[in-house]
Amino acid sequence: MWRRPLPWLILLAALGCALIPYWTDDVQLREGLLLAAVYVILASNLNLMIGYAGYINFGNIIFFGLGGYISVYLVSEWHWPLPAAAILAGVAVSAVALLFGLGILRLRGAFFALATIGINEAVRQLVTNFEPWGGASGIYLAFDAYEPLGGPMQALWIVYFLVIAVTALSLLLSFAIKNSKFGLGLIAIGQNENAAATLGVPTPLYKALVYSASAVLPAIGGGLYFFKSGIIEPGGAFNLGTSIEAIVMVMLGGPGTVIGPALGAALYEELRGALLTSDIFSHFQLVIAGALLLLIVLFIPGGLMGFIHRRVAWTRRWLE
Amino acid sequence: MSAVLEVEAVSKRFGGVAAVRDLSLRVEEGEILGLIGPNGAGKSTVFNLINGVYAPDRGRIVFRGTDITGAPPYRIARLGLARAHQIVQPLAGLSVLDNCTVGACFGREDLPLEEARAAAREVAAEVGLGTQIDMPAGQLTTAGKKRLELARALSARPHLLLLDEVLAGLNPSEVEQMIDIVRGIRKRGVAILIIEHVMRAIMSLSDRIVVLNLGSMLAQGSPSEVAADPQVITAYLGVAEPTQDAGHVS
Amino acid sequence: MIAILASVFDGVLVGAVYGLAAMGLTLIWGVMNVINLAHGAITVFGMFGLYFLATELGLPAYSAVPIAIVCGFVAGVALYWIAVHRIIGRPELMSLLATFAVNMMLVGIGTALWTTSPFNVPVSLPGVTWEGYTFTGTHMMAAVLAVVIAGLLYVFLHHTRVGKAVRAVADNRGAAELSGIPTAQMLALAFGLGIALAAVSGTLIATMFPFTILSGEAYQLKSFVVTVLGGLGNPAGALIGGIALGLIEGIATRFMPLSWIPIIEFGLFVLCLLAFPRGIFAPAKA
Repeated sequence: MWRRPLPWLILLAALGCALIPYWTDDVQLREGLLLAAVYVILASNLNLMIGYAGYINFGNIIFFGLGGYISVYLVSEWHWPLPAAAILAGVAVSAVALLFGLGILRLRGAFFALATIGINEAVRQLVTNFEPWGGASGIYLAFDAYEPLGGPMQALWIVYFLVIAVTALSLLLSFAIKNSKFGLGLIAIGQNENAAATLGVPTPLYKALVYSASAVLPAIGGGLYFFKSGIIEPGGAFNLGTSIEAIVMVMLGGPGTVIGPALGAALYEELRGALLTSDIFSHFQLVIAGALLLLIVLFIPGGLMGFIHRRVAWTRRWLE
Repeated sequence: MSAVLEVEAVSKRFGGVAAVRDLSLRVEEGEILGLIGPNGAGKSTVFNLINGVYAPDRGRIVFRGTDITGAPPYRIARLGLARAHQIVQPLAGLSVLDNCTVGACFGREDLPLEEARAAAREVAAEVGLGTQIDMPAGQLTTAGKKRLELARALSARPHLLLLDEVLAGLNPSEVEQMIDIVRGIRKRGVAILIIEHVMRAIMSLSDRIVVLNLGSMLAQGSPSEVAADPQVITAYLGVAEPTQDAGHVS
Repeated sequence: MIAILASVFDGVLVGAVYGLAAMGLTLIWGVMNVINLAHGAITVFGMFGLYFLATELGLPAYSAVPIAIVCGFVAGVALYWIAVHRIIGRPELMSLLATFAVNMMLVGIGTALWTTSPFNVPVSLPGVTWEGYTFTGTHMMAAVLAVVIAGLLYVFLHHTRVGKAVRAVADNRGAAELSGIPTAQMLALAFGLGIALAAVSGTLIATMFPFTILSGEAYQLKSFVVTVLGGLGNPAGALIGGIALGLIEGIATRFMPLSWIPIIEFGLFVLCLLAFPRGIFAPAKA
């Protein structure tokens, strides 16, 4: 993997994103990049399901939200250090995802997608009624939660670096899977699940594994993000709109590629930012996202990277 | 010689239709067994039962000593049973090489990626797809896709290969090439169970023939025995003598 | 005891409307293997249609029913050519995303037009009172209309040339094409019908209950549950499944808070998918 240029480019970009705001002490840039990074984490991991295995997960945000809840709860109630809490959140959510996936991924393509539509609502309802996690009001992090990291100001920077690290890991994971035997099996499933099974790809196991794998880093990311926000509540943690936006980002950037989802996330973020500041368009955010998705699906289903790969041959090998 | 495949009294119904009735057959190691019969005789269903697409309602299927009745397709493939489908199912977005690599990775030998790629390259070349190895499978011609089906199945280095009408849709010279390839496969010790409508081909390739009609076995034996069997001739309503038949009968 | 019977009967009435809604979904699914994720949004537009016609324009409430059917049909055909036609042969993923995108747009436009406030269209129809329990007139009327429309659909599909052509396309598009049937137009027609059914079911629901622009999700889930219960592509099964769901809801609401209903339905949905992938009433196919 390290003999190819792309992983190094990813590391370089991550380093740049981490260091540039720090050296220039540009908090606004940091916040902007943080948000973009979170979207890249969501999109890139969602791509493992949509782009590789061909399974749409409408409820992808629940990994992020649950990871956030577990991590914030551990820090707030049990005074765990953040890195440990976030990692445990990642492990716990992916373990649950594996178990759940083994059951629910027996459903084929479209049925699985339908099942994930309701998951978001179901999880949100359950968490809203779950008192240890603050019920409908959620959990507030007291300021002293930031002391172990050297106070709020420094904590924000540390969390930022960690989020960038998770983002880089997401892209590297995507790259590693794509170029592995596991990835080949997944892509075979995405092309033709029946044929893949006949060829010996253990489809139920692989689908459950990728579902679980797509949960780890968003869960950790959620743990970090909500720690930084200082508050987590059901509505913000399980925002269906964000799930949907993640799907649009993957499709926009290029499903099945490594950097496509990252590009899609960045582009969509720009677009959204531009729209939100405009009075007229802020109401139409959903409409525009929908129109964009429709246009992509109808005319450029390969997304931006698909388009580039078709036009510029060398990118297929070097910029996957 | 021990049997590679034993199908014992297998039956399958779909709704009100008995597609396969109480069928038993054996494929011996290293042999080519031909499966023929009029349309609707149940041949493809038999294949589907063998490689795990459907589970039989009754009966047993044993592959090299392991009971695979009702097992899922991927487990059966892992044991070394591969299939080339009648209706080709290429992994269209992947290259020819990648298609075969999937076969090599997940088949009997369970090879790691790099070795699987190398094995896939070899097999693709043998089958005549060497020059198109990087082409997306969806862009191949029909003949090319048929060869890919075969190459993919072979890449798994199976013990038993199910060939489902691999000659359909090919012109005479392509048919010849395919027949040579199949002979080459048998030379490597792979047992073959073949469904074919191109009579000349299946009669000359097979060591033994099983004739199916309406889901049950009508006759079995050597090609000449079967061709002379009056019941078989009646079932086909006038098939010409296999040695003189130049075309195929539907 | 009577109370339970009353709930059950009311559930059956409402269930007939659920069945009608699901018929739209299952028709499209069965004919062209497209899962219409905009189904809920169309239903909501049907609801707002009633509001517009009855409250804004002051027309008699039930006149909205044929209007909803016609408008829904036209909109459906247009929607087919705009969003669905190009993705018919393509992987399921694409049709899911396309209809999902349409859903997003419809909900977005609806929110911009009407915000997320609840709306209600008061429709008064004399009910039937028995043993102290009133069976609301609107519920009975809605059920009757649902069954009538379902019956019309049945007659169309089984006793008209065009209807049979649609079924032919659903069965085997290639063969239908070879028989001279203009399959794309039949698909557009079927899609239009499916949307019309979704729209009119929304109109009927609006005569019974209040709604918001976001109500679509809940009714879409119900439609999916019914479709899975009744069998994909099986309109008769959808009606039966709808009544069954209405029954279950009628009983369940006596024992648990309303907010749990969607979770139960979701659980039911997943269980049905796992246990009966082709629906409880679907015929076994090869």
